[in-house]
Amino acid sequence: MWKWLHPYAKADRAYQLCNTLLPYFAVVTVVCMIVGWVWGLAYAPADYQQKDSYRIIFIHVPSAILSMGAYSSMAIAAVIALVWQLRNAELAVIAIAPVGACVTAIALITGAAWGKPMWGAWWVWDARLTSELILLFLYLGVLSLYHAFEDKKAAGRAACILAIVGVINLPIIHFSVEWWNTLHQGATITKFDTKAIDPSMFWPLMVNIVAFAGFVGVVTLIRLKNEILQREKHRPWVRDMVERG
Amino acid sequence: MQFDSFADFIAMGGYGFYVWLSFGSCALILLGILFSSLNDTKRIFSSVKQQAQREERIKKAKQEAGQ
Repeated sequence: MWKWLHPYAKADRAYQLCNTLLPYFAVVTVVCMIVGWVWGLAYAPADYQQKDSYRIIFIHVPSAILSMGAYSSMAIAAVIALVWQLRNAELAVIAIAPVGACVTAIALITGAAWGKPMWGAWWVWDARLTSELILLFLYLGVLSLYHAFEDKKAAGRAACILAIVGVINLPIIHFSVEWWNTLHQGATITKFDTKAIDPSMFWPLMVNIVAFAGFVGVVTLIRLKNEILQREKHRPWVRDMVERG
Repeated sequence: MQFDSFADFIAMGGYGFYVWLSFGSCALILLGILFSSLNDTKRIFSSVKQQAQREERIKKAKQEAGQ
């Protein structure tokens, strides 16, 4: 596997890999996003308790899952960057962070818009909400730390370390609804118990989760391409590619 | 289809404001990051092109001065 992976440590090969993967991610995202939104908004049945307000779940849960999923991938990239000194992994950390911050913001905003009609408050200082807010600050922290250093080598190292330290927040978010008394409801999807959600709501939710995952993939690939170009802009392969159009 | 009319669909059983606020802000943020990233690509491409042309001009000027 190392033999197969090794060429992708080179910037131009990694750039080409991004280009190859991008259309697949784009197709999956567009199809699932359209199907998921139409299904969730118009065809899934209304909740017996929360009526039509529960439809926010079809973007709230996917964005919340992906906010944590994107953070895990960012932290894995950070470990790879620090341990094997791979520059592309470092660039991946910086490419994921803005997308992760966006989905975290979506999770918080949709949560607020769901909380107002159901709990009577846009925001409460509850364990789940607060830890998710901290996740947003961690993303922004990684980004600002990277951009605060003039020397990009030091910047990358500092950002990677913060990304890894921040992993401590992920189990806190996940278990917050069990560890503390909270307004937030428990998990909707659990591996061993599928009774929490009816199949007529479960499947559109799954489609939306795939759509969000695809979207995070698409934007990460575009941003990773940008970061590679930015860092390699004086290299001949970038010049050649730009001249070819 | 869960709704009888388009007006019903917009109203979302009285929760229209909250549902559309969520979906609207979500779409706005997603499209925002997507297009800003694509715009970055375009910007980098044009800056590389500009730099290459600049170096070409300098090389030419040096050659002419050398003659």
